[in-house]
Amino acid sequence: MATVPKIDVGGDYKEKYGFFVPEDFVFKAKRGLNPEIVKEISWMKKEPEWMTKMRLRSLEIFRKKPMPTWGADLSVIDFENIFYYLQATDKQSKTWEELPPDIKATYDRLGVPEAERKFLAGVSAQYESEVVYHSLQESLTKKGVIFTDTDSALRDHPELFKEYFGTVIPPADNKFAALNTAVWSGGSFIYVPKGVKVEIPLQAYFRINAENMGQFERTLIICDEDSFVHYIEGCTAPIYTTDSLHSAVVEIIVKKNARCRYTTIQNWSTNVFNLVTKRAMAYADATMEWVDGNLGSQITMKYPSVYLMEPGAKGDVLSVAFAGKGQHQDAGGKMIHVAPNTTSTITSKSISKGGGRTSYRGHIKIYPGANNCKSFVKCDALLLDDESRSDTYPYNDVDAENVTLGHEATVSKVSDEQLFYLMSRGIPRAEAETMIVNGFIEPFTKELPLEYAVELNRLIQLEMEGSVG
Amino acid sequence: MADFEIKDLRASVEGRQILKGVSLAINKGEVHAVMGPNGSGKSTLSHTLMGHPGYTVDGGEVLFKGQNVLDLETDERARLGMFLALQYPVVVPGISMANFLRTALNSKRGYDGKDKTKQVTPKEFRGLLKDELQVLHMDDSFLPRYINDGFSGGEKKRAEILQMAVLKPEIAILDETDSGLDIDSIKFVAEAVNRMRGPELGMLIITHYTRILEFIKPDYVHVLVDGKFVLSGGPEVAQRLEKTGYAEWGHAEESPQEVA
Repeated sequence: MATVPKIDVGGDYKEKYGFFVPEDFVFKAKRGLNPEIVKEISWMKKEPEWMTKMRLRSLEIFRKKPMPTWGADLSVIDFENIFYYLQATDKQSKTWEELPPDIKATYDRLGVPEAERKFLAGVSAQYESEVVYHSLQESLTKKGVIFTDTDSALRDHPELFKEYFGTVIPPADNKFAALNTAVWSGGSFIYVPKGVKVEIPLQAYFRINAENMGQFERTLIICDEDSFVHYIEGCTAPIYTTDSLHSAVVEIIVKKNARCRYTTIQNWSTNVFNLVTKRAMAYADATMEWVDGNLGSQITMKYPSVYLMEPGAKGDVLSVAFAGKGQHQDAGGKMIHVAPNTTSTITSKSISKGGGRTSYRGHIKIYPGANNCKSFVKCDALLLDDESRSDTYPYNDVDAENVTLGHEATVSKVSDEQLFYLMSRGIPRAEAETMIVNGFIEPFTKELPLEYAVELNRLIQLEMEGSVG
Repeated sequence: MADFEIKDLRASVEGRQILKGVSLAINKGEVHAVMGPNGSGKSTLSHTLMGHPGYTVDGGEVLFKGQNVLDLETDERARLGMFLALQYPVVVPGISMANFLRTALNSKRGYDGKDKTKQVTPKEFRGLLKDELQVLHMDDSFLPRYINDGFSGGEKKRAEILQMAVLKPEIAILDETDSGLDIDSIKFVAEAVNRMRGPELGMLIITHYTRILEFIKPDYVHVLVDGKFVLSGGPEVAQRLEKTGYAEWGHAEESPQEVA
């Protein structure tokens, strides 16, 4: 009989590394959503009253807001059949043998280490990376950088937290932002003080645990003036979960002359609805860059946005979506030019295969008085066969003067000419196709740290071979 | 039996028959030139030999190393030792020339990601490229560029010859490699091609014009008109064409001499 693997984290774990240690509360996980459950979540986490109230208010908003019908079909989500809060111990109920074979095969072929794959598959609650994490934490602390999970941040940095939480994406923003605010758990919290440049990318991977990769994570990043941080969320290995809804909220504040880059590589298993709200506020001469890659899930709806609040602010979205059989990737970006002399670019690359569907959905809004703004949108779609589909839905509202707005869209297929050319040099068809697809997303890949770029290319290769479920 | 034999090859494009029975025997060490006016089937010949999906074989066979290559996929033909330098090399964004060359070379050697002994080492790869780049008057800066992306006409053609030099085919087909090249580029290309001449390489140079044949001297010249060879002989055939053009086959308006 298979046993659930357990990793001994030691009694002083929390003190040492700041991780959440599974404790045996008397909490019975229940399906469904009502004020009692929301109160219970807040109580479990020993939250201050203001947070409990905010959660309850958000639940009300969630209840009142209609389901969005302008994008992918979400009508099949059954909100009453979802666990909104699970403790790490509850999550650890699966065994390796229960995993679908395709997921296991993918871990094999990607060469994901044993400890990592157990975590990613939800078999183990903890990934053994605390040594790396610990030394990183020391150097960050010296600089005054806070990098922790969002629950701990609320506990340990209450004032900073309260000042910014929910200010970029208020609960009333949309139905799923309201849901997240009502039931959020985990996620990352980063504060970078004035003038501090964090040299190495901060990765959630360093402090991966079941808490921060939950269904309703909440991430908050504050870049103070003249600072820089690059945060990397996710990984290319498929994340297996039996939970069908992932609805995260990411809020970022980039103050004067600061720069923030947020890189996401997500590869949810194909049963997941991935409905995420990501938004940043960029102030004077600040730069916000979203680098967003979506591979897995059944349906993804995600449009990272930047509100360009003061002159000189710059926003960038660079995204890649891969939709295979039965998948719909509805992704894009939003750039809201509130101040004059602000610039933005959105570059979207999508690949559809085996009947998969990708949509680019973008919104450029330039407010009255936001003169001399520049915005450029480029979306390229690659269709790998005749049954796949790609659509473009660009929305532009321009109410200012002297605005430069560009939009370029292409839909192409892997051309016979390109394939013939590569094959005429001895490269087998499948490898040639993979090369062309990897070449297509190269503008994205080259922005990733090397190890992620290599992994992504390998994953595309697996997707192309059709060996990924 | 010749090393490479085209026997009564017939091929069509979009239902229209273009090649109407072409036969040609090439031995390694020989350089054959195929000349012909526009629309005579020159490109159809080169593309059909390499297995381009837009060309349908209606009959005949092409024998190389004991196989009918018409039964093989394009990549299999290449790995068997065939090479086609395209008239219009294709742009492939996002893949560097270096990556392309390395992947092609690894494929040629049968490296499938497993047997590391078959894989070309970085040192070997650099060594291979260095000499060839020099002969072609190219430099390293061209290696990180995307395949043919933003290349001038001359650069594209030189890149084709570089690939040929790296892959070392036994049968190479050069399809209008001279078209669109200035005289300096033609000389660089010819020099590189001549360096590769030898007992291990048979070549088929397809051209509309006689000019490249001044630099790469053919052993045999064949005239293709309306999908068939109408004349074959030694280098004197090219000289004759230079004087009389394709007029005797009803293509008086086309001169095999390039107007400068």
